[in-house]
Amino acid sequence: MNKYTISGSPHVHSTENTRKIMYRVLLALLPALLVAIYYFGWYALRLTIVTVAACMLTEWLIQKFLIKGPLTINDGSAALTGVLLAFNVPANLPIWMAIVGSVVAIGIGKMAFGGLGKNPFNPALVGRVFMLVSFPTAMTTWPQAAPIFKAGFFTDAVTGPTPLGLLKESGASSLDHAQFIDMVLGNRGGAFGEVCAIALLLGAIYLICRKVIDIWTPLSILLTVFIFTGIFYLINPEAYIAPWYHLVYGGLILGAFFMATDMVTSPMTVRGKLLFGFGIGAITVIIRLWGAYPEGVSFAILIMNAFTPLINKAFKPKVFGVVKPSKK
Amino acid sequence: MSNTLLISLAVLGILGGILAVVLYFVAQRFKVEENPLIDEAEACLPGANCGGCGFAGCRALAEACVKQAAEKGNIDGLACPGTDMGKVAAVLGLTAGTFEPKIAVVRCNGSCQNSPAKVHYEGADICAFATTLYAGEGGCSKGCLGLGDCVKKCNFDALHIDEETGLPVVDPDKCVGCGVCARTCPRGIIEIRPRGKKDRRVYVCCSNTDKGALVIKNCAVGCIGCQKCLKECPFEAIEMRGNLAYIDPAKCKACGKCAKVCPRGTIHAVNFPAPKPEPKALEGAEPAVKIEHQAQPVEVKTEVKPENTVTA
Amino acid sequence: MNPIKTFKKGGVHPEENKLSADKPIQDFPMPKQIIVPLGQCLGAPAECIVNKGDRVLTGQLIGTAKGFVSANVHSPATGTVAKVDVVMDHTGYYKPAVFIDREEQDEWAEGILVTDELLTDIKLDSKQIIDKVKECGIVGMGGATFPTHVKLMVPEGKKAEYIIINAAECEPYLTCDYRLLLEKTQEFLMGVKILMKAVNTDKGIIGIEQNKMKAIELLDKTINEHKDLYAGIEVQPLKTKYPQGGEKQIIKAITGREVPSGKLPIETGCVVVNVASTYAVYEAVQKNKPLIERIVTVTGKSVKNPGNFRVRFGTPADLLIEAAGGLPEDITDVINGGPMMGKSVSVTNFPCIKGTSGILLMTLKEAQDRRQTNCIRCGRCAKACPMGLQPFLLHKVAKQNDFDETEKNHIMDCIECGSCEFTCPANIPLLDYIRYGKAKTGAIIKARNQK
Repeated sequence: MNKYTISGSPHVHSTENTRKIMYRVLLALLPALLVAIYYFGWYALRLTIVTVAACMLTEWLIQKFLIKGPLTINDGSAALTGVLLAFNVPANLPIWMAIVGSVVAIGIGKMAFGGLGKNPFNPALVGRVFMLVSFPTAMTTWPQAAPIFKAGFFTDAVTGPTPLGLLKESGASSLDHAQFIDMVLGNRGGAFGEVCAIALLLGAIYLICRKVIDIWTPLSILLTVFIFTGIFYLINPEAYIAPWYHLVYGGLILGAFFMATDMVTSPMTVRGKLLFGFGIGAITVIIRLWGAYPEGVSFAILIMNAFTPLINKAFKPKVFGVVKPSKK
Repeated sequence: MSNTLLISLAVLGILGGILAVVLYFVAQRFKVEENPLIDEAEACLPGANCGGCGFAGCRALAEACVKQAAEKGNIDGLACPGTDMGKVAAVLGLTAGTFEPKIAVVRCNGSCQNSPAKVHYEGADICAFATTLYAGEGGCSKGCLGLGDCVKKCNFDALHIDEETGLPVVDPDKCVGCGVCARTCPRGIIEIRPRGKKDRRVYVCCSNTDKGALVIKNCAVGCIGCQKCLKECPFEAIEMRGNLAYIDPAKCKACGKCAKVCPRGTIHAVNFPAPKPEPKALEGAEPAVKIEHQAQPVEVKTEVKPENTVTA
Repeated sequence: MNPIKTFKKGGVHPEENKLSADKPIQDFPMPKQIIVPLGQCLGAPAECIVNKGDRVLTGQLIGTAKGFVSANVHSPATGTVAKVDVVMDHTGYYKPAVFIDREEQDEWAEGILVTDELLTDIKLDSKQIIDKVKECGIVGMGGATFPTHVKLMVPEGKKAEYIIINAAECEPYLTCDYRLLLEKTQEFLMGVKILMKAVNTDKGIIGIEQNKMKAIELLDKTINEHKDLYAGIEVQPLKTKYPQGGEKQIIKAITGREVPSGKLPIETGCVVVNVASTYAVYEAVQKNKPLIERIVTVTGKSVKNPGNFRVRFGTPADLLIEAAGGLPEDITDVINGGPMMGKSVSVTNFPCIKGTSGILLMTLKEAQDRRQTNCIRCGRCAKACPMGLQPFLLHKVAKQNDFDETEKNHIMDCIECGSCEFTCPANIPLLDYIRYGKAKTGAIIKARNQK
């Protein structure tokens, strides 16, 4: 006969678990990866495999030999960090740089704080920003998208500026807005995960339907960026580009739906999420319009990550039966 | 180039100088006069801030000692359970009463072998919670739950859960008898007892006050309230609390007779010399659990390593 | 039918698994000896008033309530008291109980009407009804076993506007209330009427989750057929969502009022009573029959014959399991009550008491892989909490024994529904820690108030 289990109620649990959540996010990133392979060929695939493998290996080594704790390598979170990291860098980045970035992302961005759930910053972004400041040239030399059936699978990519890079260097007039459709489809330069807004949105819709992420953070980010850039566009359409271009250029969609929504590093309540999103949106616009870098989503998310504990403290859910939520 | 260097050096140097002066005056202005005796008294205390004395920490006790010494000329009633208060008294120029070192004893021996698990617990590692859910894996409602609330609370690292028995073990070298564990245990299994002369002490290793028939169901070594020890004791040091024998440490002379007559091996006598003729008993230096399982009540424990004493 | 209502904040939807919904109530035969525990309600156990060798009749008082929150205990059978001793309850603790060697035939104590006829004439007034409820030892039979007469005594200066009958039965698996509604509809409705009279109100609302459509329709039909008799009684369908049957949640869903933090439901003018208790009130007031039996659901996915049994108190649970087809091989968890708030059972031969709403046998598969992982701060627990608390935070501070912080974060408002732990993807036993923190914090608050 079995020994009965004694446990506190509840005795049934939802079938959700951390691993499922992580794998769902990975699945949601798949369309974007396929598009990236279509445009950037072998380089995109190679880079993704390298970062995923490097992230998982780093986590395994640290857990096995440094922490000597339980191995959580198959919970999918390291793999997710790897994919997100790859998505945020140029496809033709040298392999060794990608490995260094992965080690930093997992080793410093995540495991140094105690592993999954304890990191204050999004590990993939920690890795990315580390690479950006360490290898500025390689990290800003963007390959241009070239569909594989035209360019071939293994062809070296032609490098060129990203739309936002052009904008920063040459001003609003340098952009050819006739290519807007190409921009949305991903036929442009940039980090290979961020180029195709359609594929990313497809994944995002899946995540929202499966209730893995909330709509609030991305909604707040996109609205903030739209409104801010819209105001400047209305003031001076010559100097500033239209807000809808801002939404699809750069890594905004990828950042808003897949990185800012990282549960570990974002606030928990709806109001907190709205504020968090507003912060990210505002900082992004400031960096894009006046900062030294053409793109600011990564920095914006990292900065707001630091505010997350504070936001969590300030915005607590309303307690049932308590008339005034903030008691003094 | 060198100009820049000089200017920076000068600016920083002057700034540093000014701030140092400011800090000095501020420190003078807000200086709190404290009796230096407090520091000296505190130095005699263990410094673990366990709260065993009833004060918020060692410094609070030291302050209380200094205050009472100044007002009443003694430090009676103020005692750190883990320290010879004589030292503190000496610092304050007084004499303290005799100090009796104490130790925590775990009054349960319901190990995995003695009280085999009937159910399996899955949940938070908190005894205080588990006790609200069920009687215990072995079925004894007064026995140790083995989740280690006491271990977590011990400030001296003197308690550990023995993985083999699932019971807490007191390290006699580290235990100061502060009593935090005894207050923490939701079932009151841990008791603070005098260490005894030559570190020899005798105690009932069971906390179950239920009737003997109920105890036998769940545990091979629980007290069944047969009162043999009570009759054997020449000093009338044993009393019955419900169906549980209790040895009053104030009256007990540590003769160890009760341990010999206990039919269940519930009474533990620690740090007694081995009974000479039996070569077998000399193996008592090995994990004492072994002895526990001998059906014969040869329960005078032999301890060579002090580490094993308490569960012995 | 009224439009469906629900509470807004939080909640989860566990698999319903009402396996025994279509099984009619069966009378369960009593064994030779029954063991009646004296502590069958929240609060102090009753004091035994019989001795070894006494002959007791069915329905005779054997234990009197001790203290304000306590309830009388009556003999569920006719027989001789074998002994007054202790018996192991479901947790494995020994509790005082009366052992009765039963005689074959029930001989009812004096004054008890044994009839199946519906008695529609309420002869007692408000105060007499409450006294009768108290005398007959009626408690909340949803599981919390809070004495019903205490609930009915509306404090000075307060007015009870509504009697709310909690027929939500939001716990998965359990069907005892549902069966009672279907089979004893009229008696139940009379019970509601009696309760309305007891607290002097003309509004009685029966809240039922919409997954019990048959009961909703039947009640609506019966009320319409006897418009005069059941005037003022309404059926309110509720969304199938856990914990719809939480006292505070059902009040919020039906009236839109929120019970203030730390206060009792009467603050909102509502008195909430369980279905089985309502039926017991009818039996007590109209037939003078004390609470000596209840409906128990015996269920589980691998149970051969899940069913609903009318059980006299003191019947050992393992006999019920036997009747439901025996204990299946793959059982790892036996639960007294429902899967969300029921209690794990250490031994299966515990006697059934007033709060035993169900015996649930769970299989290894359902118990699932519960390996704990780190909290990923997903906030699902906070979203699921019907009380608007932050379980992840309470878990953390309770673990650190920081009871100032637990109090500040309203740990005392937790209703222990388990929605947080249900939804946690990291399998953290959140509610275990919260219960621990709540008990400690409660003790600290109590000590402070006594000063």
